[in-house]
Amino acid sequence: MMLSRTASQLYWMSRYMERAENLARLLDVTHSLSLLPQSRGGADISAALATTGALEACRTRHPQLAAGDVMHFMTFDAANPASIVNCLKYARENAHAVRGKITGEMWESINASWLEARQMGLEGRPLAGFFDWVKERSHLFRGTTYGTIQRNDAFSFIRLGTFMERADNTARLINVKSHLVGNAAEDSAADFYLWGALLRSLGAFEAYHELYRDTLSSRRVAELLILRPDVPRSLRACMDEIAELLPLIKGDTGHRAKRLAATLHAELSYDEIDTILAGGLHAYLTQFLSQIYGLGDAIHGAYLEAA
Amino acid sequence: MHALTLPESGHYDEMLLDSGGIRPHYRDFARWLHSQPPETLARKRAEADLMFHRVGITFAVYGDDSGAERLIPFDTVPRIIPASDWQTLEAGMRQRVTALNAFLHDIYHEQHIVKAGLIPAEQVFSNSQYQPAMQGLDLPHRIYAHITGVDVIRHSDGNFYVLEDNLRVPSGVSYMLENRKMMMRLFPELFASHAVAPVQHYPTLLLNTLRHASAVDNPTVVVLTPGHHNSAYFEHAFLAQQMGVELVEGQDLFVKNNRVYMRTTAGHKQVDVIYRRIDDAFLDPLAFRADSMLGVPGLLSVYRAGGVILANAIGTGVADDKSIYPYVPDMIRFYLSEEPLLQNVPTWMCRRPAELDHVLNNLHELVVKEVHGAGGYGMLIGPAASAAEIEDFRQRIIADPGNYIAQPTLCLSSCPTFVESGIAPRHIDLRPFVLSGRDISMVAGGLTRVALKEGSLVVNSSQGGGTKDTWILEDQS
Repeated sequence: MMLSRTASQLYWMSRYMERAENLARLLDVTHSLSLLPQSRGGADISAALATTGALEACRTRHPQLAAGDVMHFMTFDAANPASIVNCLKYARENAHAVRGKITGEMWESINASWLEARQMGLEGRPLAGFFDWVKERSHLFRGTTYGTIQRNDAFSFIRLGTFMERADNTARLINVKSHLVGNAAEDSAADFYLWGALLRSLGAFEAYHELYRDTLSSRRVAELLILRPDVPRSLRACMDEIAELLPLIKGDTGHRAKRLAATLHAELSYDEIDTILAGGLHAYLTQFLSQIYGLGDAIHGAYLEAA
Repeated sequence: MHALTLPESGHYDEMLLDSGGIRPHYRDFARWLHSQPPETLARKRAEADLMFHRVGITFAVYGDDSGAERLIPFDTVPRIIPASDWQTLEAGMRQRVTALNAFLHDIYHEQHIVKAGLIPAEQVFSNSQYQPAMQGLDLPHRIYAHITGVDVIRHSDGNFYVLEDNLRVPSGVSYMLENRKMMMRLFPELFASHAVAPVQHYPTLLLNTLRHASAVDNPTVVVLTPGHHNSAYFEHAFLAQQMGVELVEGQDLFVKNNRVYMRTTAGHKQVDVIYRRIDDAFLDPLAFRADSMLGVPGLLSVYRAGGVILANAIGTGVADDKSIYPYVPDMIRFYLSEEPLLQNVPTWMCRRPAELDHVLNNLHELVVKEVHGAGGYGMLIGPAASAAEIEDFRQRIIADPGNYIAQPTLCLSSCPTFVESGIAPRHIDLRPFVLSGRDISMVAGGLTRVALKEGSLVVNSSQGGGTKDTWILEDQS
C-alpha cells in the first residue's frame, strides 16, 4: 500500500529515466548513420524526430532541420520538453518528490545525473560521449535500484514505469523504420543500414546474429523485436514483465489494468510473425500502441490518480 | 598550525578566554585541531560540501525567482556545550514549554491568566494568531505544542537567554541530525575522544510523541507537507522516512464521515495523527484561507469533532508571538508557581507609550522586531544600521507602534569558525527541540546556527547563516 501520488511519481521517475536512455540510443545511432555516405542528408534525423513526436516543434525552431541544430534540440535544449536533459530533469523532480520512498543511493544517482547533464550542456560536451554517458547513467540508476530498494509496491511501480516506457518506445521505433523501408523489396543496401540501425538502437544487434546467423531481413528483425521473449527490449519481453508485475500490486482496484495486460501478453505469446506481416506491420504496431496507451490509462485510473 | 583569530575582548567566546586560553571543555578539541594539517581540514570541508550537495540537503530561498536551491553552509568546528550548562538549559526549556502549553489550554478555556490581570485581554484576543475555532476544544493531555523549538543565545555575561519560542512549525531538526552524521563520517576519531551525547534517536522520540497524542490504539501517523517547493521540504521528507510514515500533501487527503483518509494504491486509508508542516491559515480552505491549495477541505470540522489529531494544534501562534513573549516569565510563575530557570531578553513593547518613547530615543542601540516577523526579515539592528535606515524604521514604528517590540542589542556569543582567512570567531545561537506528549522528551543537542559574516548577529539561513554540529558533553564523573 502506498500513496497514489507517490506511486505516480515513482512510475514517472523511471519512465523519464528510461525515456532519456531510449532517446540517447536513438540519437546515437542516428548520429553515426548521418556520417555514412549512404544516408541522404537530414532524412534520418527527421525520422528520429518523428519517433519522439518532436518533429513539428523542432521544425518551428529550426526550419532547416540542420543536423547540429536538431541534435542540440534533442539533447541539451532546455526549451524542448522532450530533450534528454529535460527527461533527466523530470526524472529528478519526480525522485525529489518521493525521496523518502527511494534509497539514498538511488536519489544520489539520479540527482548527480541531472546536475552533471546540466553542466555538460553548459560546457558543450561532444555528442557521442554524451550518449554513452546517458546510457551509463541509466544503467547505473537501474542497477542501484535493483541492488538497494526493498521488494515492495514501490519497486513494482518503478519497474512498471520502465517497461511501459520501453514497450512504447520499441513499438514506435519499429513503426517509424518500417514505414521508411515501406514495401520495397527486402535486403537493399539502404535497408541493411536502416534495420541495422534499429537493432543497434535497441541493443539487439548482437542478439540478432547470435539467434539467426543470417543476413538482416525485415521479417526476422520484426520477429526478434516483437515476439522473442529473450531479447530484453522486445515487445514480448516488456509485456512479460508488465503482466508479471501488475498482479503483485496489493489491492483490488486494478482489475481492468490486469485484464488488458494479460490480453496483450497472451497475444504476443501466441502470435506468429507471418500472421502479423500478412495483416501489415504498420497496422499491427499502430494497434499495439493504442493498446499500450489504453493500459497506461487503466494503470493511471486504478493506482496513480485514485479518486 | 592554524591562523586562529581571537575574539574581541568583552565578548563571550565558547572556546577561547579573553586571555587567549582555551575553556576546559574545548581543550581536547583544540589539541586535535592543532595537530591537523590545514590541507586535511580543507579537504574534509570540500568533502562535506560535496556530500551535502549529492544527498540534496538544500534549501530554497524565498523571494528568489529562479527557485534556486543552495546549501546551508556547514561549519566543521563543533559547538561544544559542557554537561552542566546543558542541565540548566534542559530544565529551563522543560519548564518553559510546560508553562506555554498550560497558557494555551487556559486561553482557549477559562482564561484565568487574563482574569487575574497578568496579560491584557486585547493582547490575546485581538492577536491575529488567536484562533476562535479552538475555544473550548479539549485536546488529549492538554498538549497544544507537541514540537517546540526554543531559540537561546549566550550573552557576554555568560548566561543563556531565550530569544524566542517557536510553537507553530519549528524547523531545523533535520540539520541537527545530518550535521551529526556528517561529523561522525568526517572525524570519527573525535567521537572516540569525546563523550558526545547521541541525537540520532530523535525521530523515534518524535514518533512516540505523535502516537501518544492520539487516543486511538496503533494510530496511523502522517507528515503533511506543502510540497517540494517549500524551503523545508527536505526536512519533511527526512522525518517521514526516519519515522517510517507517509509524507502526504493536501491533495492526498480527503474528509469523509467526519474522518480523514488518504488516497492509496490499495484504496482509502484512515489517518489519525497529522504532523502538519503547513501554517494554520492554509490547513483548511473551508475554514481559513479559501485560496489555499495546500490544505484539506473540511479538516477543521473533523479536528473539532476529535476525529483527527493535529500536531501542533491550531492556534499555537498566539503563544510565540513577540508581543506575548515578554509575559512568559509571568506564565511560569502563574501556572507552575516556580521561578523561571531561563531568562528572557528584556523587551520594550512599543504599544506602551512610555516604552515607545524609550525605544524611539534609543533606536541606534536597540534591536527592533516586527511582532509577527520571522526568519530575520523586517528587523532593525540599531548599531549596524545607517542613519537613513534608522529614520525609515522610526517612521514605521510611529505609524503602527503595536506592531513592534525592541530589545537591547545582545552580544551573541561567538564560536571559532572556518572563514577565508583561517579560523575566526562568528556569532551563534542555539535551537534545541522539546517534544511534549504524555511527558516531555528532548535529545541532548540542538541546531547551532552561525552568522558567517564578520560581526553579523543574524544567524538565519535565509540571511546567509550557516550551521554547526552541537555537542553536549556527557558528564564523565
